Amino acid sequence: MTSPFLEVKNLTVSFPTEDGLVRASNDISFTVARGETLAVVGESGSGKSVTSLAVMGLHNRRSAQISGEAILHLESGDVDTISAPEDVVRKLRGKSMAMIFQDPMSALHPYYTVGDQISEAWGLYNEGSKKDGIKRAIEMLELVGIPEAAKRVNEFPHQFSGGMRQRVMIGMALVNNPSLLIADEPTTALDVTVQSQILQLLRDMQKEFNMAVILITHDLGVVAEVADRVCVMYAGKIVEQAQIDDIYYVPDHPYTIGLLNSIPRVDQLDGRRLLAIPGQPPSLISLPTGCAFRARCSLSHLVPNNLCATKVPDLDEKLTGHFSRCHLTEAQLSKARTAPGDAL
Amino acid sequence: MLKYLVRRLSATLLVITLVSMSVFIIFAYLPMDPARLTCGKACTPPIIEANRHRLGLDVPVQIQYGRFVKGLFVGREYGEGAAKFECPAPAFGYSFNKHECVATLIASAFPVTFSLAIGAFILWLLLGVSLGVLAAKRQGKWQDKASTVFVLVGISLPTFISGILILLLALKFNLINPIEMGRWVSPFTNPLGWAWNFIFPWITLALAFAATYTRFTRSNVIETSSEDYIRTARAKGLSEKVILRKHTLRAALAPIVTIAGLDFAGLLGGAIITENIFNLPGLGRLSIRAVLIDYDLPVILTTTLLAATFVVVMNLIVDILYAYIDPRVRVA
Amino acid sequence: MTEPILKLEGLTKYFDTTAGGIFSRKKGTVKAVDGIDLEIMPGQTVGLVGESGCGKTTVGRTVLKLYEPTSGKIVFEGRDITNLSRHDMKPLRAQMQMIFQDPFASLNPRQTVGSLIGATFDIQGITPPGGVKVEVERLMERVGLNPEHVNRYPHEFSGGQRQRIGVARAIALKPKLIVADEPVSALDVSIQAQVVNLLDDLQNEFGMSYLFVAHDLSVVQHISDRVIVMYLGKIMEDADKHDLFSSPRHPYTKALLSAVPVPDPIKGRQRERIILQGDLPSPMNPPSGCVFNTRCWKVQEKCRTDVPALIQIAPNHRLACHFPEPA
Repeated sequence: MTSPFLEVKNLTVSFPTEDGLVRASNDISFTVARGETLAVVGESGSGKSVTSLAVMGLHNRRSAQISGEAILHLESGDVDTISAPEDVVRKLRGKSMAMIFQDPMSALHPYYTVGDQISEAWGLYNEGSKKDGIKRAIEMLELVGIPEAAKRVNEFPHQFSGGMRQRVMIGMALVNNPSLLIADEPTTALDVTVQSQILQLLRDMQKEFNMAVILITHDLGVVAEVADRVCVMYAGKIVEQAQIDDIYYVPDHPYTIGLLNSIPRVDQLDGRRLLAIPGQPPSLISLPTGCAFRARCSLSHLVPNNLCATKVPDLDEKLTGHFSRCHLTEAQLSKARTAPGDAL
Repeated sequence: MLKYLVRRLSATLLVITLVSMSVFIIFAYLPMDPARLTCGKACTPPIIEANRHRLGLDVPVQIQYGRFVKGLFVGREYGEGAAKFECPAPAFGYSFNKHECVATLIASAFPVTFSLAIGAFILWLLLGVSLGVLAAKRQGKWQDKASTVFVLVGISLPTFISGILILLLALKFNLINPIEMGRWVSPFTNPLGWAWNFIFPWITLALAFAATYTRFTRSNVIETSSEDYIRTARAKGLSEKVILRKHTLRAALAPIVTIAGLDFAGLLGGAIITENIFNLPGLGRLSIRAVLIDYDLPVILTTTLLAATFVVVMNLIVDILYAYIDPRVRVA
Repeated sequence: MTEPILKLEGLTKYFDTTAGGIFSRKKGTVKAVDGIDLEIMPGQTVGLVGESGCGKTTVGRTVLKLYEPTSGKIVFEGRDITNLSRHDMKPLRAQMQMIFQDPFASLNPRQTVGSLIGATFDIQGITPPGGVKVEVERLMERVGLNPEHVNRYPHEFSGGQRQRIGVARAIALKPKLIVADEPVSALDVSIQAQVVNLLDDLQNEFGMSYLFVAHDLSVVQHISDRVIVMYLGKIMEDADKHDLFSSPRHPYTKALLSAVPVPDPIKGRQRERIILQGDLPSPMNPPSGCVFNTRCWKVQEKCRTDVPALIQIAPNHRLACHFPEPA
């Protein structure tokens, strides 16, 4: 296995508010290597976006309290984007690490042509005239599959469709050949046929640039299509982390098991009742003691001594290379997996 | 684009025509009778009728309007016999109080008003926008709080108070000569004298307007800063300075063009209070005298029409400018 | 034979787009819905799917006469309601209700949940047995809300709970038809299942019909008995759920289904995937012939010139394609 490009260690991000401290992401550790796609899955408020913005150094340092490390293993040496000075981190953005966002409609500046916006990104790290920048922009637009790139480079974002705009975003993010691409819900705002185009493009670009990719999404279908490894997040914490197939075929946390049972699938026509997870995620301001999923978990009664309510479970390696944050024994989880209707 | 321009221009012309018609109709149905008002002390019905004829008010309103429009293009004669006057095109009317063609009165008043408006406009834009940006960037800090105080004072202090205060201060420190005050100095012959002449009225007006612009800029910059495309700019690795200058301000200030254009157009119609305080013989003073003192119908009519025209035309200019700034509203 | 609860015949809804201010002129016509025929039987759930801009939402709103149809006929319980005035529609509103996508935007933030749900009775001038208050609390309990929260405001509820409020309001008068417009797409995955199950249970209990409008094929598949696939204002295929999902006949249906990601990595890797090229054409200027011809991988000359008719190819299966996939 190749050595990781990004190593996130004990990353914690909180936001002080009038109502109290919002613990948006809590003690997050993961790695991702070049050529690898790590999916971070979770619902809104699970902390998946907050974590990646922290890696990129995009949180306002005045309003966010960040601790832990996010180390980029660059050829020129290691840099921790959490503790490094703002100026150092800024010069890594767009060059060593790039990011694309959910809504391509609003993520591009409405007043500048796509060519200007791409060439601006290129010009930050390359010597060359405006003309060179536009030439490079045309190359990138061609690479991401925009027809008539030489003509469209002079058009404004609103003249592109949603899918085409996301292509522009990807082209702009990749213009300086970054080693890490963070894609935050890149297809959520798109139609399903366009989504499959964009996912294909991301796969192609990852090969082309040999990038480490972090895909942030709520869609377990999308994850299954593109990820190599998966982190499942709940209420600011990673609750399960494993290779892609393990997550789907041997899920080892009641939340993951519950999620997989609660989503309808086009490949299952039996019309069985969905096994919904009851209740809703806890408030990040007043997290419950012990396990954050406890209140929605139908298995917690199997754990002796009310441990779920008193002790936060550790992220243990219960199966080889497969981590889960749960007090249940592997035997209990395995039973829940195979007979979800009885246990959950 | 050309098609769009032609369409907009014809719409603008139509609006101006409609405004002029409504002004005519309103004045025709006002209870005041100019023929009686200009009649003097020894008034008899025959004199009133003669006056009415002399003022051209003895014909139906549509004929009056026809004569007015014709005069605009070919000039017009007023009065009869020995008391006959001729105004060349564009003839807006003849002021029997001042014994001048209205066009002449306007021609001498407009440079004053324009000078007042343009200087104040530049001053308040500079002041308002930079204070607004500063307050937005230092949100919650003392700069922001100071700007809030400025905004409150600026908005709540009417020009007739701030203007008089500024005038008193200027007089106390001998900064202006009360006798020379308000005398027209051409910017082409004596630019410094011109600027000095207008500096205090400029400040007065700028203070009143800048407050609104500070508040507007501040909220727009803060709002734009949280846009997704600003986050994108940051993710690209741009420095905060470039983000502010190139990305935030471009978007945040675009809507200001609209308000600024209309505010400026409004001022071109005459800043009545400021002109009166500083004794500036501009359009504002011309019209307020025509209304309150002389009931000088042709002057009132013309200044009203001019003020409306400025607004309509500026509206057109603003729309074109805005389309230039924001490509989304550009016509395909 | 039972009569359909809702029948649409050649329903069209065009929107004029205009440009300019005072002298606005017609720029074009968006054929949002262009000749839709469909029937919904009592107790049936019909799913209406398609990508953004296909007209599915417009169909839903036109059915409830939130939009006036441009042409065609809307028949509700055997009665032609196409040209009914607002006033004449009012008593029918009790029979046809709507659930919206954004539960927050559709609830007045200044009204308590109790008055939001209770208002349904006031508008129709109906007093439920036991009084409005009792009935509102009963409804809240039925949709899984705590009746003690009757005096709270919408912002005090989570997204899923707000959608439950929307559902309670829709079922208050025991309607015969509910048009649900993307009712779960704004909700988190773990909450979606709760609301889908609730809709299922309510249908079993009250026997109403659903017109379920959504872009998410997985959800539509789960909840519907029959599914209609729309593209640029037209029906491409309409079939029993099992037929449509196990053997789609229209190339568009096939492509759409193959594009839906399956939460099953091994199956996903083996799956035949059809990636459609390009974007949806503008509904202002739809292609001639078959509207799908610009993106169809099986396109032939005939598709560019002749509009394929929606024909019955099997019991409960209609299709509009010149060159369908083999069954």
